[in-house]
This record gives sequence, structure tokens and C-alpha cells, in this order.
Amino acid sequence: MSVTPSFARRLLGRPLTLIALVWIAFIVAIALFPEHFTSYDPLDQDLLDIKQGPSADHWLGADALGRDILSRIIFGARDTILGVVEALVVVAALGVALGLTAGLFGGWWDALARQYIDVLQSLPTIVILLAVLAVFGQSMLPAMAALGVLGSAGVARVVRSATLAVREELYIAAARLSGLGETYILVNHVLPRVIGPVVVQLALFAAIAVLVQTGVAFLGLGVAPPAPAWGSLIYDAAASLNDFPWMLAPTGGAVALTILAFGLLGDGLRDASTETWTRPAQARRGAYRAGPAPADLPTGARLSARGVTIVAGDKTLVENVSFDLFPGETLGIVGESGSGKTLTMMALIGLLPPGVVASSGMVAVEGRTIPLDDQRALRSLRGATIGAIFQDPMAALDPCFSIGHHLEEVCEAGLSRTERRARVAAALAQVHIRDVEEVMRRYPHQISGGMAQRVGIARALMKSPRILFADEPTTALDVTVQAEILELLRMLSRERAMAVVMVTHDWGVVADICDRAMVMRHGRALETADVFDIFERPAHPYTRALLAANPHAAEPGHALPTVDDKLATMKGAAQ
Amino acid sequence: MLSLVLRRLALSVPLVIVVTALTFALESLAPGDLARTILGADGTEEQYQALRRDLGLDQPLIVQYFEWLWRALHGDLGQSFFTKESVVTLINARVGVTVSIMLGVLVVCAALGIALGVASALRGGFLGRAIDLLSLVGLIFPSFWVALVLISIFAVTLRWFPATGYSPMHDGIGLWAASLTLPIVAVSLHSIANVAKQARDSMAEVLGRDFIRALRACGVSEASIIWKHALRNAALPVVTVLGIVLVGAISGAVFVERVFVLPGLGSLAVSAALDKDIALLQGVTLYFTLLTVLINLAIDTSYGWLNPKVRLS
Repeated sequence: MSVTPSFARRLLGRPLTLIALVWIAFIVAIALFPEHFTSYDPLDQDLLDIKQGPSADHWLGADALGRDILSRIIFGARDTILGVVEALVVVAALGVALGLTAGLFGGWWDALARQYIDVLQSLPTIVILLAVLAVFGQSMLPAMAALGVLGSAGVARVVRSATLAVREELYIAAARLSGLGETYILVNHVLPRVIGPVVVQLALFAAIAVLVQTGVAFLGLGVAPPAPAWGSLIYDAAASLNDFPWMLAPTGGAVALTILAFGLLGDGLRDASTETWTRPAQARRGAYRAGPAPADLPTGARLSARGVTIVAGDKTLVENVSFDLFPGETLGIVGESGSGKTLTMMALIGLLPPGVVASSGMVAVEGRTIPLDDQRALRSLRGATIGAIFQDPMAALDPCFSIGHHLEEVCEAGLSRTERRARVAAALAQVHIRDVEEVMRRYPHQISGGMAQRVGIARALMKSPRILFADEPTTALDVTVQAEILELLRMLSRERAMAVVMVTHDWGVVADICDRAMVMRHGRALETADVFDIFERPAHPYTRALLAANPHAAEPGHALPTVDDKLATMKGAAQ
Repeated sequence: MLSLVLRRLALSVPLVIVVTALTFALESLAPGDLARTILGADGTEEQYQALRRDLGLDQPLIVQYFEWLWRALHGDLGQSFFTKESVVTLINARVGVTVSIMLGVLVVCAALGIALGVASALRGGFLGRAIDLLSLVGLIFPSFWVALVLISIFAVTLRWFPATGYSPMHDGIGLWAASLTLPIVAVSLHSIANVAKQARDSMAEVLGRDFIRALRACGVSEASIIWKHALRNAALPVVTVLGIVLVGAISGAVFVERVFVLPGLGSLAVSAALDKDIALLQGVTLYFTLLTVLINLAIDTSYGWLNPKVRLS
């Protein structure tokens, strides 16, 4: 941030910041020239006006001794502003000097400065201030200076990290290389850059200083009665709380408004010094349109999806995708990243990411037809009817819970602990994990990726679903582990007569494990066919291009084939 | 885990030394002489010298400090300059009140802050603005002023709670709780929003992670996902904020004990400062520093408990 005309315009263009600045200027003015703002003497007692509410004579009323409250607030401003300015000077001088030099010179000086910052930040502020006040008695100045010293840690920390960031930049190194002295670099290059965060810090610190100054005076320390100080005024209000609660309002109000003004100024400075940020527009929830009931559901299909359409705001991500899944078969969904493969599957179990919704389509499972906006019905499919495993097996496990806990959690309710553990052990043994007991005790960070995917499979199968969604389950794994996991999936689907949907971008996986494949691009299903037909007689040009872009078919010394290259070549050949 | 606790304890030793040495050094900076202050204008030169010897003021400051530290390690913090009572006895009689307030603040801020934060992470909108407003109120109104407004409304007008004074627990739990309710609310109001903001942000972040989707895909109930898995993972930064809130509650206690006339460490510290009772103030400062150290230790230990990676390494 540099103080340029545009910066000033941005700052003053905010109504709240402008009001805050005006209020601070006003308070400073009455602190400097209190007698110009009121005709009352703050010590004048008028016994006829004792504990009087606001009136034409006393705009904010009169206190227990008949003194004009407004004039006492006005004359009290001086102490507060003086204390704030003093604390600010100490904070700025100490914090900036320490932070700049620590960031610029580094080494032992930086280490010492970091120690200083750490110790100061863990001191209980009020306790230190009380000690200072005990020693220096009825004077606010040493206490506010001490507050400045304590607060300098926060400013030093900000300045140090800002300086470190600036120092890393090339132009500082260039300045140094061209023989400029450290002081010159400091004043002309580093200081202008760190001034922004410092000013923000100082404004926020001023708010704290007002709070502390008022608090100390409220405790009866640092001021000599009957001098008016804002804290003492609140103390006076407390003394007549029973029969004159009004006095709390103007006295607390002056303090609160001043703290608020410094806080708003700090916020305004921060916002004006960073680029304007606008909240991203919330994705509108597209209305769900139910299509006509599908008449073409094949008998014997375990799952049928019809007309799946997924939108995010105005953008259509998946359009009118339909497929069937038969018992015991493995269907591959193949396509590039962003083709909508995973979204299509997630829509069927109601797990689309925030802001993304299914705008039409339905899924038919076991004779039930569920529209894709019926979250409750889709949720009921999860776990018991449809299991799912994911691309990054480690991220799919909660780092705070043991493997055993993850599996026990999905056991059906009403089992004893021993029964649950026996079930879990059996499930883990089924995915070929040895040392079952040991693995159950471990946490996700203590197992390998391959092991994590086995755990993921065991968990997905705990409730014996008849359908498994596998979202690129081998992509994040080593090649040898990939083969083991695929073999495991093949075996489990055969044993349990389970239907599997395998999302993948790897033709090797399709050839290895799938019976049929559906090719997707840009959110549309291009063709669905038997795996042998797909490889031997791909119907759609894109399928041919995608097949040809297989990296396994790459030749050494040539660039890897891309789908676009292949499509372009094919187009050229066709013309 | 044990080594973590021990390491943190070792690191807190310098802090205790710095704070106590600092309060000691302050005393030497004081204008005027303590023995002179105690004696008043009438004391003779002999009385003055005798008192200086008694108080150990004739020794160099560093010697005085290490003597104080040595006795402190043996549980002796000297005598109050004014009442001549043992500082340790005076303080121990008052620790309970302050710790009760701090624990009350912890419970209120944790329960309400987390509930508000989680609700706002899930629902957003209106609750989010309510948290922002609450944090503004907490920021701009001093806790002692809030305390006075609470007294004015709930004690003077509605008569639901006593305005001032403390009822020990053996007078009845109800009376005890009633005498601490308003002080705890006054201090908590300052901090609930901080906890809520942190809880909201961490919950929102955790709910976007992969394992949440995986748990949903397994049919785990939404209540279990939010209150067990997400909250547990979001807890670390929230616990950090709770630690800051607890340390801040020390300052809060100093003020509200004064307002509600509670016999706690805070009001003891203020009267020691008003009386210039340096020995007493040094004792209270030590206790407050130890409290800070304990809070930080508890926070660090809970990191280990919450995060298996720390616990098991």
C-alpha cells in the first residue's frame, strides 16, 4: 500500500470509514480545546440538578453531584487521547524498529527479537499494568507506556514478516548490489512497503488502548478524582446505578463509539490497501424438472439411470446421460478429466458438491424410481444398496479415528462390541489384510495407500451392497498395487454377484475388468458398448481418438499423443 | 506425549522468571522508598534503617530477587506490607473464585461459541450476521460496562440475580451459581463471537474434505458426521482460540470481580495496586503467570489428545 490519491479515494469512499475518521477528528478536537465545546466547568456542582436526565440545560444530564455529564465527557477526552497517543508512539517506535531490523538483518538479532515477541505475547497484560500502576501510583503515563511496550510485540511480528517478504524480492537485492547502504534501502524501499500493515495494526491497537485506558481509570488507578476521565465517569455511573442508570448510556457510549471508530478505521485501511474483493455470486439453485416417467426400463437391470442432467448456475455440466447396470457386470465410464463421469455417479447417490445440482433425471433401483432431487430417498441408497470407493483412499479416511472405528461405525446397529469387532475383522480379512487386529488399531497416517484402499473397499462392503461405485480407485496407487486392487475388486464382484460401475480414464483398467463401457465427453454419453466392440469397432470418432491417445502406445522420442491431436488428424483424414 | 508436556513445561520456566523479575525491577524504579512510605513522615532515621534491613531493601536488587525466588520455590511469598498476613494464605483463599469464573467462561464460550459456529457453517445467512454483530458488541463495549448494564437489568430491575457479593459453595450450589452468573456472562460476551467465528470457518473447511463425502457414501448419519467427525477435525484451531479466551478471562476477571465485589485474585490484585502492597502484588502476579502457563499447557496437551499424529509420535 502506498498513500496515493487513489488510495485516499478508496479509503474515504467508504461511508463507515469516513464517519469513523470524522468521529476521531472530533474527539481529538475536543481533547485539544475542551473549553470551546461546552460552557460548563466539569467540576461545577449544581445541587438542584442532581441525577438529572437529559434536559435543555444539561444535554446528557447531570451526575450525583449535579455536574454536567456532557462537559465531563468532553474534558475527559484529553486523558484518553493523550494515553492512546502515548501508547501508539511507543508501539510504533519499538515495534517498527524491532520488526524492520529483525527482518532486514536476520541472524542472532532476529532470533533475539523472536524471543522477545514470544515472551511479550504470553504475558498477562492487565497484571503487568497493575504492577506498573502500583509502583507509579496516580499517573496514567507509565501505564500507557507499558501498554505500548507490551503491544509492540504484535506490531514487530507484522513488520518483521512484511520486511522478510520485501527482502526476498529482487529489487532489494539489486539495490544492495548497486552499492546502496542498508539505511538507504530501509528508508526508501522497505519502509514504504511495510507502512500499510503497520497503519492497520496501529488503528486496531488504538482501539485496545482506549479500552485499557478507560479500564484502568475505572479501577480507580492512574487518575486523581475529581478530574473527569472516561473510566472514572463509568465508575461514577456504577455508584448511582440503583436510582440513576441513565448515566451508563452516555459514558459507555462515548467509549464504545471511540473504540468502534478506531476499529472501523483499521478495517477500512485494510480493505482499502488490498484490492477490492467482491463476494462471488452464489450459484443459483436450478429448479428440478421431472421428465416423463421412463418407459424403457429394461427388465432385470439392477440400476438404471435416465436423463441425468447436472448444472452449476447457468452452466450445464452433464446432459441427459442414461445407462443400465445388470447384475454381476462391471460397467466402465471412460472419459477425460472434466467429462462429467464422477458427477454423474455422485448425482445418483445425492453427493454432488455444493452449488452443483441435478436439474433433471432419475435413478431406478430395485423397482423404485427416484427423482434426482429427492435427497432423502437418494441418501437411503447409500451404504446398504450402493457402496462407493474413491480416488484418493487416504483422504477418504478421517485422520482422527482408527481404522477399526471407521468400519465399526458402518456396522448395523444393535450389535454388541464383540460382535462388531468380529464383523470388522472378517471384513478386513476379506480384502486380504493380514494382521487384522493390528491394522484395526492403526490410524490413517500409519498405513499405506494400497492398504487404505483395501480398508475403503472393506468399509464400502460392510453392509453388503449389491452395487459398488468405484471412482478411479487405482489412480492414486503404485502400478503393482493397482493390479492387486483390481484383482480384489474382480474377485469380490464375482463372489457377491455385485454390479460395479468403474469410473476411469485408463483403457488398461477398462480392458482388465469391465464388461461394457460408456464413453463420456463434455458431459454427454457418446457411446455405450461391449468392451470387445469398443476396442475392436469404436463407433464414435472421439472413442477412436481417446483409444489412440493411450500413453502405453506412445513411442519413445515423440511427444505423448493427446486426444485433440488425434481428433485433428482424424478430421484431416476424413476431409 | 509425556515428552511434549515436559518440553512445554521447560519452556514456561523462562516466562515465569521474566515476569517475576520484571515486577521486581519495577519496584526499584519506584519513586520514593518503600520503607519511607510505610513509616510515614514521623519515622526516625534508625527506625528507617531497621525497616530497610527487615524488608531486605539494603541488599542489591538481584540478591533480593533470588532470595524471593528461593523462598517462593518453598511456598513462601512473604507477608503483605499492610495486613502482615502471609501472601500465600491471602491468595489461596481467593483463587477459587477467579478459577470458577474462568471455568464458567470456558464452558459458556465453548458451548455457545461452537453451537453458533457449527449452526452458521451449516445454515449460514442470518446466523452469520448475528455472530458478526455479537463480535462487534464484544469488541466495543468494555466488560465492566457490560457488567454494569447486566446488573442494572437483571439485578436492579428484574431482581433475578444478586447485584454484588459472592456466596461460597457451602451456602448452597444455587446461591453460588447465582452469584457467578452475571460475572461469567459479562466476561463471556466479549469472547463467544471469537470462538463462533473460528468454529464456523474450520467447520466449513472440514465439511469440504474428501472423507466427509466418503462417510456420507457409506451411509453414516449426518448427525454423526457433523458432531463427531467434522467437529473433531475442526477442533484444533477452536481449542487454540479457547486458550486465548481463557487467558483473556484473567483480564476480564480483574474487572468483573471489582464490579461485582467478588473476593477473587483480580480484586485482590487491584486493591494491592491501590495500596502499593508490592509483596502481595508480586504474589498475585506469580499466580496469574502460573495460571497462564497452566492454560497453555492444557491447550498443548489437548492438541495431542485431539490429533493422533501428535499423540502417537
